[in-house]
Amino acid sequence: MNLPSASPPTRPPISAGQFTITAGIAAAIVSAFKFTEFNPLLLAAPGSLKAMAEFALGFFPPDLSFTFLATTLKPAFETIQLATAGTALAILLGFPLSLMATSTFHLHGSLFEGDPIVSKSQKFLFATPYWISRLMLNTMRSIPELIWALLFVRMAGLGPAAGILGIGVAYAGILGKVFAEIMEGADTRPALALRATGATRPQAVLYGILPASFRTLLSYTLYRWECGMRAAAILGFVGAGGLGQQIEISMRMFEHHRTATLIIELFLLVALSDAISSHLRKKFT
Amino acid sequence: MTGTEFNVRIPPRSIAWGKWGWLAALAVLLVWSYSVGEGEILSLFTREGFIQFKSYIKNFWPPTTDGAFLSIVGHAALETLAISIGGTAIAAALAMGLLYFASSEDLIGAGGEWDATAPYQKMLRRGIFISSRALLNMLRTIPEIVWAIFFVFAVGLGPFAGTLALGIHNAGVLGKLYAETIENIPRGPVEALRASGSSRFTAFSYGAIPQASSQLIAYSLYRWEVNIRAAAILGFVGAGGIGQQIHISISLFLESRLATLTIAILILVNAVDLLSGYLRRRLEARF
Repeated sequence: MNLPSASPPTRPPISAGQFTITAGIAAAIVSAFKFTEFNPLLLAAPGSLKAMAEFALGFFPPDLSFTFLATTLKPAFETIQLATAGTALAILLGFPLSLMATSTFHLHGSLFEGDPIVSKSQKFLFATPYWISRLMLNTMRSIPELIWALLFVRMAGLGPAAGILGIGVAYAGILGKVFAEIMEGADTRPALALRATGATRPQAVLYGILPASFRTLLSYTLYRWECGMRAAAILGFVGAGGLGQQIEISMRMFEHHRTATLIIELFLLVALSDAISSHLRKKFT
Repeated sequence: MTGTEFNVRIPPRSIAWGKWGWLAALAVLLVWSYSVGEGEILSLFTREGFIQFKSYIKNFWPPTTDGAFLSIVGHAALETLAISIGGTAIAAALAMGLLYFASSEDLIGAGGEWDATAPYQKMLRRGIFISSRALLNMLRTIPEIVWAIFFVFAVGLGPFAGTLALGIHNAGVLGKLYAETIENIPRGPVEALRASGSSRFTAFSYGAIPQASSQLIAYSLYRWEVNIRAAAILGFVGAGGIGQQIHISISLFLESRLATLTIAILILVNAVDLLSGYLRRRLEARF
């Protein structure tokens, strides 16, 4: 009788490619530490330890006096306003771009079945909105919202407007890309059925693809609103108002009790938006 | 009866008042939100606003390309890249170190041993679990820029402070992502190891981690993409990198230099996105 031998499965050998990638990552990390003058001893030096401890202890207890809390109310609301208005602007800019940036609407895919054959140059022409919108979305999201906000500060002045525009443009880049990916992944059968009954391609997209993807788009937008809350808080550091600006001021003035209060408020705000957005997402999906 | 009888009923459209309530609330929220920056935003659309906009945009072109400045930009860009890599590495190491403690009893104690645990041990374990989750939450909630201010104060100006800031903040982010990943793996291997007598830590290391490892690496790479953007702005508080140059150019009204720096960020961010995407695809193909 010939029983198969019960040897344990052998590990596949490490391929040359795997080895190269692992070694490359290790080398990148080591040289990054070298380049940034990484020196953990600096953290453990008695002088800096003492300074850090003093700094950290300075946060306690948080300033919870009523007068101070009352003054933080407006900046806290401002952060919510920045995030909300910024996200709304991002939809306004990002959604139309995402319609242009969806490859299944412009380049190839089942929606093109049965179309008359077009020449190469025509095909190239039809694809231009796709490439232009992709390029725009890429540029918009590659530049961090803080830098967008700074660029807008010169135009709109120091204040919340620059923050709204900054979040709006940067998040439009992200929303546009993700919206396009969602719509590319949508079930095309309803749209195909519409095409078969004579609908044009835009009509098929409008009535066949959009209704099916709507909830996913909404859910992702809510998630972005949540991220916007964090971003809005940071934007304050360049003068866009909100809690971030107050944190920056209190740190510069070494009023660490106040910094602590503001950070707690920021935490509560983010947690609140987290809860609202996940509640709504559950409701909608 | 003539013709074919169709028995298709189209569902009547119902007026969902709840939906309208949500929409109305949303509209109010939007109007209120815009009121905060209304004046400035509207002024952009006036004639003067447009003229100002045009003259501002003109200053950006052409970008500065003299050799001395380009070498500064190159160095700053490398520094930003190094901050993002170092910060991600620190974050991943810290998050891995905390992962065992931040994993729930439900996972590590798989197999129903919880009931047989002594009460004081239960309390101890719960305490460790809750405090490590709380630590991760705290690290994550404090924005990296606040950490950067803190570390500039502790270790002085420069890229080291930025690396630490990114590392600490992202340890919180990655810790949460890692913990969520590990909570969702099949329990079988952990239970099998426990049943054959492995210690809790061994069962965790050999039963849980290998199942999640490719996802953990993918998350770390994804955070690297986020961190390259964050590293580009940490310089505003003196934590090194390209942000410091941007801060200088903005303060001195040197828009053509700003254009060069913005292009540098564009190149850097896209390069990191491409590389990380390539590595993630390799990872998927392998596992």
